[in-house]
Amino acid sequence: MGNTENQGPLWEVFIQTKPGAPYKHAGAVHAYDKEMAIENARDTYTRRHEGTAMWVVKSEDIVAVQPEDADAFFDPSDDKIYRHPTFYEIPDGVKHI
Amino acid sequence: MDDKLKNEDPELLKEFQAKIDAEVKIEPKDYMPEAYRQHLIRQISQHAHSEVVGMQPEGNWITRCPSIRAKKILMAKIQDEGGHGLYLYSAAETLGVTRDQYIKWLHDGKAKYASVFNYSALNWADIGAIGWLVDGAAIVNQVSLQRTSYGPYSRAMVKICKEESFHQRQGYEIMVHMAQGTAEQKEMAQDALNRWWYPSLMMFGPHDGESPRSSLAMQWKIKRETNDELRQKFIDKTVPQAEFLGLTVPDENCKFNEATGHYDWTDIDWDEFWASIKGYGPNNKRRMKHHQKVHAEGAWVREASIAYGKKKEKKEVA
Repeated sequence: MGNTENQGPLWEVFIQTKPGAPYKHAGAVHAYDKEMAIENARDTYTRRHEGTAMWVVKSEDIVAVQPEDADAFFDPSDDKIYRHPTFYEIPDGVKHI
Repeated sequence: MDDKLKNEDPELLKEFQAKIDAEVKIEPKDYMPEAYRQHLIRQISQHAHSEVVGMQPEGNWITRCPSIRAKKILMAKIQDEGGHGLYLYSAAETLGVTRDQYIKWLHDGKAKYASVFNYSALNWADIGAIGWLVDGAAIVNQVSLQRTSYGPYSRAMVKICKEESFHQRQGYEIMVHMAQGTAEQKEMAQDALNRWWYPSLMMFGPHDGESPRSSLAMQWKIKRETNDELRQKFIDKTVPQAEFLGLTVPDENCKFNEATGHYDWTDIDWDEFWASIKGYGPNNKRRMKHHQKVHAEGAWVREASIAYGKKKEKKEVA
């Protein structure tokens, strides 16, 4: 496809809705450079003050776990129930623990 | 089994349906039957194109708004429609098809958009009627689609629904002003309602029995309610709003039916519907020509932006 059709690379947009909140994926935009990416993301995803901070990152730079590998990948956490507080027996009468 | 599914692994297909039945959303990299992907490619891109082409009948009125207030509102609404198109293209691109390709399919006539946007916005009351009826119908459809099984589509719908309510209310406000204005203004409002009522009902698509892809789409929860269910919902909501305005919908059989709890109505002229889908609506050629023209005129911007982006990247590396 020639350059006249090229919409530029895809960038993923993450928005923090208020200070202290986690960044959440909002969607994606096309842009030809970082500055344009963040401006396009602002115009597309925050027309009503949805955010106080924003990240954009090129989609191709994101590393993701493949769904077919997910079970095996997360498996190591399945057999460590002692990581949960409910694993432990605390005698009755003990408070604030 | 459905012919479209004969190449699918039966085990994977079973797991897929189990996920759908358990209301687990499907994400881009998950297994999905090819027919599911193809249905989404068609439906989401059609939805995206509709948002973008829908900017045309309204954009026509920006320079002719009756006040600065109205102009600011209309520009914000049209900007939202562009934004909605972008949310949807972004969702559609997760299916492995590029934005360039989607636009090419639109220009080649392979992809459709909602036929309602082939009607003309003849006067200011039409801008009211479009917001009230066309956006109103879109909301009924989109509220239902918030629960669609494909994650990116569902998330785009949630965001769109949050913004869409302003669109309908600004339209209804215009209708209130017109209906409570001079006799001539009220007549314009009635005329706009007359012209936009059936095109709005057509937005929900053919009857359930004649919608060839509906059953798999329902089974896979791409669609959560059928065309006819959604259409009836819209009619039941909207007729009382028309009554409040002192206007009447252009259908003498449209009356509340105590027995069914719904409004009765006269069926759509389906010949007109199919003509518009097939490209013979009042403005099909004009809408597509305009889209192609603007896209072609933007080519130099894309080329310059690529060059500028590359230059900047070099500087950053250096």
